[in-house]
Amino acid sequence: MEPLTWTGSIAFLNPLLALALGLMALSIVVWMLASIVLPEDQMTVNPDGTLTSSSSVRNLIQAALRYSFLASVALAVAYIVLGIVMGTSAGIIGAIAQQFLPVWLSLIILYAMSIAFKRKLGLYGKLFDSPIGMIGFGLVMFWVFTGIFGALDLIVTHDPLAQISGMKNKVPGTPLPNLEDGQYAWYLLGGDNLARDVFSRMVKGAWIVVQIAPLATMFAFMVGITLGLPAGYYGGRLDTLLSFLANLILAFPVILLFYLLVTPEIVATGVPNYMAAVLFIFPIIFLGVLLNSRYYTRPNFRTPLLIGVLGVALWLYLSLISTGGYIINTDSYSIWGLPTYLDLFNIPGGILVVFVSVVFVNSPTVFRIVRGLALDIKTRDYVAAAQTRGEGPWYIMLWEILPNARGPLIVDFCLRIGYTTILLGTLGFFGLGLPPESPDWGSTINEGRKLLSIYLHPALPPALALLSLVLGLNLLADGLREESLKD
Amino acid sequence: MGLFILRRVGIMLLTALCLTFLVFFLTNLYPNLEKLAKTQGNFRMSDEQVESFLEKGGYLQSTPIKYGEWLGVLPSYRHTDEDGTVQGRCILPGKSAEESPNFCGILQGYWGYSTVFKEEVSTVVGNRLALTGRLMFWVMLLMVPSALILGILAGMKEGSATDRTLSTFAITTTATPEYVSGVIFIAIFTSSAVGLKWFKGTATQAMENPTFENFFLPVLTIALYGMGYIARMTRASMTEVMTAQYIRTARLKGVSFPNIVMKHALRNALIAPFTVIMLQFPWLLNGVVIVETLFNYKGFGWALVQAAGNNDIQLLLAISVVSVFVVLVTQLISDIGYVYLNPRIRIS
Repeated sequence: MEPLTWTGSIAFLNPLLALALGLMALSIVVWMLASIVLPEDQMTVNPDGTLTSSSSVRNLIQAALRYSFLASVALAVAYIVLGIVMGTSAGIIGAIAQQFLPVWLSLIILYAMSIAFKRKLGLYGKLFDSPIGMIGFGLVMFWVFTGIFGALDLIVTHDPLAQISGMKNKVPGTPLPNLEDGQYAWYLLGGDNLARDVFSRMVKGAWIVVQIAPLATMFAFMVGITLGLPAGYYGGRLDTLLSFLANLILAFPVILLFYLLVTPEIVATGVPNYMAAVLFIFPIIFLGVLLNSRYYTRPNFRTPLLIGVLGVALWLYLSLISTGGYIINTDSYSIWGLPTYLDLFNIPGGILVVFVSVVFVNSPTVFRIVRGLALDIKTRDYVAAAQTRGEGPWYIMLWEILPNARGPLIVDFCLRIGYTTILLGTLGFFGLGLPPESPDWGSTINEGRKLLSIYLHPALPPALALLSLVLGLNLLADGLREESLKD
Repeated sequence: MGLFILRRVGIMLLTALCLTFLVFFLTNLYPNLEKLAKTQGNFRMSDEQVESFLEKGGYLQSTPIKYGEWLGVLPSYRHTDEDGTVQGRCILPGKSAEESPNFCGILQGYWGYSTVFKEEVSTVVGNRLALTGRLMFWVMLLMVPSALILGILAGMKEGSATDRTLSTFAITTTATPEYVSGVIFIAIFTSSAVGLKWFKGTATQAMENPTFENFFLPVLTIALYGMGYIARMTRASMTEVMTAQYIRTARLKGVSFPNIVMKHALRNALIAPFTVIMLQFPWLLNGVVIVETLFNYKGFGWALVQAAGNNDIQLLLAISVVSVFVVLVTQLISDIGYVYLNPRIRIS
């Protein structure tokens, strides 16, 4: 097998892409300079009611920018399409594009469906009116689909943990020395320090982030909302106490907290299990109060509903916190939990402690945001109306205040997933929590950085992956903020 | 105002007490003590040996008592060997038990002895803080002016070409954590694979002899992550000020645009970024830990990693006191500064 080059037989596109990108960069610079130097647009109204813009130079620059941008995008699409068709003969880029085929298809289907029905989809549909939001959503969904299909073993070319002799630190596109049947013939993005495939590890790393980050953020939001709403609504002693506790956690440098919490020694003492038992009960309280405050006037409907929902939630809660029949199982003592035949899933101690500490770090910030919003909204007229109507405080908090605070909360949710991704990367970077051979991006960056002055390829793909995912989440949040402000 | 500061200082002390107790509790859990014993003695210690080591050091007392000793409100533990020599926290090497004081905690100005660096904690923290202080000074010098300029340029005309480009840049920098941007910078500017080799990939030499070549990349890496956030806040505040009534009046009077920005808008637009910059300090501490590890610059953040990795209790406590102090003092400064900058707010 020949080693692959980056673009293979579609190399003729490279000068074109360079030209298009160069033109785009040039026109952005000219555009910026022009916006400072040139006078502002003079709009004149013609007798027939149309508008004429006097500044033709500006229009010219804008057209140049638009066309060079379109050309760059078209060329990028051409790389991908040609890559999907030609596969490895289009070089590494082609082969990667072909491996990502399920992701491209899902993205196309998702975008086509969303744009077709965007008027019926509320805020989500409005996202497709904002170019920034669309780009951000595309980046995010790219990694979500990559994570899901990667977990189904569709995209990966090799086992992320398998070491193939002779592939240590090999450059991207190196063919395998002794090819066996059914093996992919190349390491597309090269081999790392332990002769594992960098490309497959990057794809598998996406799954870890896609699993943990949104879920941890959601738990942090549940905790923050359940505590922040009463703190803002009641005020007084409760508020003082909760705010003090939140500030206490916020005053802790995040890394120090991680170093104290996420160690094998702490896992052995069972502290994370206690924290999990406390933190994970908040979603149950939230659900219970949410439903009870809504339906307490109809006990016939409420009681079965609450029993059903809380029963399932409690079962999930108990299976979440108990492992192998115990909630806490240390050398000196143990607390019984759900018996193993009822236990739905087991979370390894390393993952649990990562999850718990990420929730723990995020929830005080959410608490402060929710508290601020509740303080602001509780002075509104509709809250006074509900109070006059005789609604209970929890109904007002959860069914009057919370829905009206959803705009900023959704935006913050997106930003916070990005921040959680960064935190997970930080944990991996310091080798905390996750097992050392795990393919998550932080650990991979940490391993790759040691040889960075000689070999770039092990560290750069996970770094760029993390960068693009967080950038996508930030752009998505920006698009959502813009669209929700338009209401 | 005086009462306000007094109350804040009180809360600060309470927070510091709670946090140090938390650190104390976590570092004094038995598995952590066992790790400490094994790193100090040897890794093949039997359980009895670990026990006796901990007994000698006074680690087996209850946590509140040990915390009291560390604070200096309780007399510190002394251990008498079989041959009659007395050992204890207060008894420094080369001194006899009679000469040493009974109380030695932070109230007496004694921070303890670092088990990793084999030095007194106060010297370790002092030296490391000086190194990190130098790093932070240059970070601030790079970050604050460029973030303010970026934000003001972007916020001058909302929606203009400059605004769009600079905002995109700001979003990109906030989406790039230090360990990503640092790795990318090292890859581009220092590696032999790209071949530019403009800078040095480690900042170890910068501890004695900081030059542009070995110090710029760490500074840039920390500054970039914080810059985007400050720039976005400045932009938001600037756009808000630029739509205010008095700016419109000034424009209608015929004041030139540069004059409006420099003389009318700027002062009011800089109130919000001031708080943001102050509150950015705790975040910078994170960046410092990552960057010092990445560039092997042996400052405060590096010491934190070493202390936490080896469960060096005294050093970890000192480090958490310092960092909590930094966080709370910057909060206090931002509150007080906000009142001075914005005369509409008065604290009764």
